[in-house]
Amino acid sequence: MSNPTDDPELPGPQQRHVEMGVAAFLALLGIVTMIGSLQVGIGWGAEGPKSGFFPFWVGLLIVVANGYNFFRAYVDPSRKQFAEWRQIGLVLKVVWPMAIYVAAVPWLGLYVSSVLLTIGFMRWIGRYGWPLTLGISLGLQIVTYITFEKWFLVALPKGPLEDLLGL
Amino acid sequence: MESIGDLLHGFSVVLSWQNLLYMFIGIVLGVIIGVLPGLGGANGVAILLPLTFAMPPTSAIILLSCIYWGALFGGAITSILFNIPGEPWSVATTFDGHPMAQKGQAGEALTAAFTSSFIGALFAVIVITLAAPLVADFALQFGSREKFSVFFLAFCSFVGMGKEPPAKTIGAMMLGFALAAVGLDTVTSGLRLTFGSTELIGGFDFLVAVIGLFGIGEILLTMEEGLSFKGKAAGINPAVVLQTWKGLPRYWVTMLRSCVIGCWMGITPAGATPASFMSYGIAKRTSPNGDKFGTGEIEGVIAPETAAHAAGTSALLPMLSLGVPGSPTAAVLLGGLMIWGLQPGPLLFVEQKDFVWGLIASMYLGNIVGLIVVLTMVPVFAAILRVPFGIIAPIILVICAIGAYTVHNNVFDVVMMLVFGVAGYLLKKCNYPLAPLVLAIVLGDRAEEAFRQSLLISGGSLLTFWSNGLVASIMTLGLIALFWPFLSKLYGRVVTPATQK
Repeated sequence: MSNPTDDPELPGPQQRHVEMGVAAFLALLGIVTMIGSLQVGIGWGAEGPKSGFFPFWVGLLIVVANGYNFFRAYVDPSRKQFAEWRQIGLVLKVVWPMAIYVAAVPWLGLYVSSVLLTIGFMRWIGRYGWPLTLGISLGLQIVTYITFEKWFLVALPKGPLEDLLGL
Repeated sequence: MESIGDLLHGFSVVLSWQNLLYMFIGIVLGVIIGVLPGLGGANGVAILLPLTFAMPPTSAIILLSCIYWGALFGGAITSILFNIPGEPWSVATTFDGHPMAQKGQAGEALTAAFTSSFIGALFAVIVITLAAPLVADFALQFGSREKFSVFFLAFCSFVGMGKEPPAKTIGAMMLGFALAAVGLDTVTSGLRLTFGSTELIGGFDFLVAVIGLFGIGEILLTMEEGLSFKGKAAGINPAVVLQTWKGLPRYWVTMLRSCVIGCWMGITPAGATPASFMSYGIAKRTSPNGDKFGTGEIEGVIAPETAAHAAGTSALLPMLSLGVPGSPTAAVLLGGLMIWGLQPGPLLFVEQKDFVWGLIASMYLGNIVGLIVVLTMVPVFAAILRVPFGIIAPIILVICAIGAYTVHNNVFDVVMMLVFGVAGYLLKKCNYPLAPLVLAIVLGDRAEEAFRQSLLISGGSLLTFWSNGLVASIMTLGLIALFWPFLSKLYGRVVTPATQK
């Protein structure tokens, strides 16, 4: 297990910069919440406090709390690393395939997309041979199919391949 | 003793071969979930919850709560053998558990961990059996003011008791409330915060949030750390178990204290993780072998495991009797109740006796089954952890995606799961706590409803929350919990100079 260090040889973003980014984004969500609340009314109506009353104050608290978090991160003297670029690369190696997977599910169906995700992952990150890769990726989907469609009678999204096979 | 009779009735509900089978499946699945990175109690239960929609509620809760017990047991295996806490509450178990394994005492450490987990859970179940009906009975008289004050206390405890900076806890918690508010307003049935999007009309589902935050987020964290598992052999056999059991009664004081700490922290929603650390810390200070803690002292395994299990189990007490869950997993179970058509809260004890007492009876049996399963099957579970991450990770990702999809049979939820996953990774790395965020998504609507109804009755005056002794004292306790870090610092400043003189 490797922890982020202050070693300049292994560059990466600073913890405080990431924290400032996260706080700013959360504060933005708070502002969006407040705007949405204002649209439905934050005052007092026939039903008591209006729809937007509670979320408005919630949004305000988000802005205040994260404004403070932003400030704390800004003045933080520590130059600790968030993570090395190499580590962030590893994280993105999961995020990108997942994003493609999520986008592919409506077109290819869940089963085919899952097989492709498992194959991609095992070949690219795990560097396993084809027999094991195909065995696990196909086997997992066959188990999933039997468990969901036959046992629990839950239909998962299907695509052109399943139509072709008449499943 | 009315509750003893109810409990016996509960056993008669549970003791069918079907429910016992669910119990066994639940425990085994739970341990596997607890052992694997990226799958924990909360999101393991969340993924399987949609599959239980068609089951009778009692069988469903037995299956899901047993997954929870299994996950609690499973955390100890990875901590001791691999020095990797499978769950946050088993971090403290690594301090002495792994050194014991390195000294070749893995069997002793595992036996001690499982047995003290079992004792902690048993203590908490007895507390639930005796106290939950009384609390529920009392809470039946609660109006909307009192309900809101209980929610208020629960959320304030997170701010005061959490180890994260208060502003971050508040930030995460309020984000949860905001997400809960999106979509249909439960009071007026009008739409809000959807900004014209049809996908947001249904709001954010907490199950999708849990699967993303805890499942995908955890995989991303594991990926970053680039795990390589180097485990110790399990080496557990009946002789070792009996030998260790003989030595355990000596530590009854530590166990009892850890049980009490665990129950207290579980009922007030501080949770199992701080309970295990606190229990470890106190045991270290009070034990005659305290200076040897950290080098493989069996007491250092007993203390955190007892407390974590006691806390994890007692977290169900407020969930059942008040409808306020004490942990993220309890929150997911509470969400399950609503999906099965049961209204969480004190009325459960009146209207759903079979369900409540069946669940409580299953806690006794489930933990006995759990103890036997883990003691006999440790090598199997340890072998699962030796499967390389490159194979396990895509399998978990696919399971999470299926879990998110089956919540509403909606592909958009899978997209949201990924968004929550990336958010979970960033929030965790930036030290924002995820538990209050999840609890706020689950409880947001009900807390808001109680708040608005109270204000409607009082005509808009906040003083309604201080209008009688009960509600005033709960609210005041909440405020004390909220400002606890500040108050304790202030107290320290006042007292320290005095003692120095």
